[in-house]
Amino acid sequence: MIHIRHRFSPLQRLLHWLMAACLLAMFFIGVGMVSTIMPKYLPLVATHESLGVAILVLALIRLVLRLYRGAPALPADLPESMKLAAHLSHYALYALMIAMPLLGWGMLSAAAYPVVLYGGIRLPSLLPQSDSLHTLLWDAHFYLGFAFFALVLLHIAAALFHALVRRDGVFETIAPVPVADEVAPTKAIPAE
Amino acid sequence: MSPLHNSPLRLLGSLVMIAAIVGGAAAAFAYTAGWLSPQRLTPDKMLAALAPPGGPALGHRRNHAKGICFTGVFEANGNGAALSSAQVFTRGQYPAVGRFNLGTPDPDAADATVRVRGMGLRVATPDGREWRSAMIDPPFFPVSTPQAFRDLLLASASKDPNAMKTFTTANPEFAAFAAWASSAPWTGSYAEERYNSLNSFVLTDAAGVEHTARWSLVPTALIVPVTHDDLAKRSPDFLEREITERVRSGPVRWTMVVTVANPGDPTADPSKVWPDDRRTVEIGTLIVQRIEAEADGPCRDINFDPTVLPPGIRTSDDPFPAARSSVYRESYDLRTAEAKDYPRTEAGAKP
Repeated sequence: MIHIRHRFSPLQRLLHWLMAACLLAMFFIGVGMVSTIMPKYLPLVATHESLGVAILVLALIRLVLRLYRGAPALPADLPESMKLAAHLSHYALYALMIAMPLLGWGMLSAAAYPVVLYGGIRLPSLLPQSDSLHTLLWDAHFYLGFAFFALVLLHIAAALFHALVRRDGVFETIAPVPVADEVAPTKAIPAE
Repeated sequence: MSPLHNSPLRLLGSLVMIAAIVGGAAAAFAYTAGWLSPQRLTPDKMLAALAPPGGPALGHRRNHAKGICFTGVFEANGNGAALSSAQVFTRGQYPAVGRFNLGTPDPDAADATVRVRGMGLRVATPDGREWRSAMIDPPFFPVSTPQAFRDLLLASASKDPNAMKTFTTANPEFAAFAAWASSAPWTGSYAEERYNSLNSFVLTDAAGVEHTARWSLVPTALIVPVTHDDLAKRSPDFLEREITERVRSGPVRWTMVVTVANPGDPTADPSKVWPDDRRTVEIGTLIVQRIEAEADGPCRDINFDPTVLPPGIRTSDDPFPAARSSVYRESYDLRTAEAKDYPRTEAGAKP
């Protein structure tokens, strides 16, 4: 019998939920900090920068794990279009998790701002000062930020669709703790 | 395990729950972005208030738009080490880049028409840190809060004849600034101005003791008062010509003086001066050695954000540096995107 993995590894699940919290925080901090002139602006920016670098590091670890450990197969009865959407959205999520911090870091470098993280860690400048590069990277960081948030909302909607509507075990592959349904896929579901 | 087991009611309930969660997250995001709070004072609104009636000058700083670059050194005498562990306070010479400027959103304003003169300064130290500061020559700020500053901009631009009266009633601290603006002597040179941080910052010394302080660059040049009428007759760019000539014939100096607050001093309000007897420490000398036009000059690309500080200096309870940082950054984002409207002139200049 072929062994079929029903869940992501514990480390993959831990990283998923840790990064979920970090990413949601980043979206809200990012959009909040650029809309305020209050004193909280400064700690919000500092947190955005530090958290961004943390996400970059975590995303790279996660990418290696994903390449090494793979992912549980999607249900055989999932329509091909949904499978395609699932695969493409995961590529996009990984790409954005890695690209967004780099775009932000590059944008700050191209503006000749020092990037200083919590703990006083100073990052090197990625790029020389340049108006055109700054504008390009700023636009990319800004618009991709909104696209990223939209994609995360779609991801949440899809996850809930799997969990609540299809109840096909896909959500359980990443659930932080085992869910009852998952362990008894053949159990008859009582009539409601 | 199959969608077939969903009753229509359960299916509907699930879909409603998904819509509520996703919609709720989107709504919270919109709220955080300020899209649901038209009253929130955003950097955009501050820039809109700063803009002249004809719109901002594209490619330029949104305020203090007229300026000229300088380079030189900051020569620290080491006295500052008693106040801050920042490397810039230890004895040594550190490269400085800066910008003399006028407090106007119009890069073509005639020099005599602008009351407030300023200096942006960036001092870099070998540890890779920077101290950026943007100072002006009034001895105190016109208003107590960033919100009041926007109200001042709106009132002065308003067509309502009572707008300024309403403003000064609500912000009585403005009277002192109005008196300064009408009575303080004018000078004919950027070199004769005293540039003040006005905002307070917290300095931390090597022992970890904190000192809340403001700083000023006090000119060593002889101050020659000139009547405003005389200045009005000079060329529209007399300040830029004068400082270029003066520095060509020799370096120009300022003494950097740090004033330390006593407990209970109004550290959060730059419109309030501290009593004269406060401890002051002369920490070094700014030596300006070279002047360059802004279009291709080394100050053009620098945002003199007063919150770019080395370890040993940090922001205090003064709300202005954060507000200035957020607004300056927006101004920088805009002007770099508009660089084609303010072309560099030298062949091979950076894009």
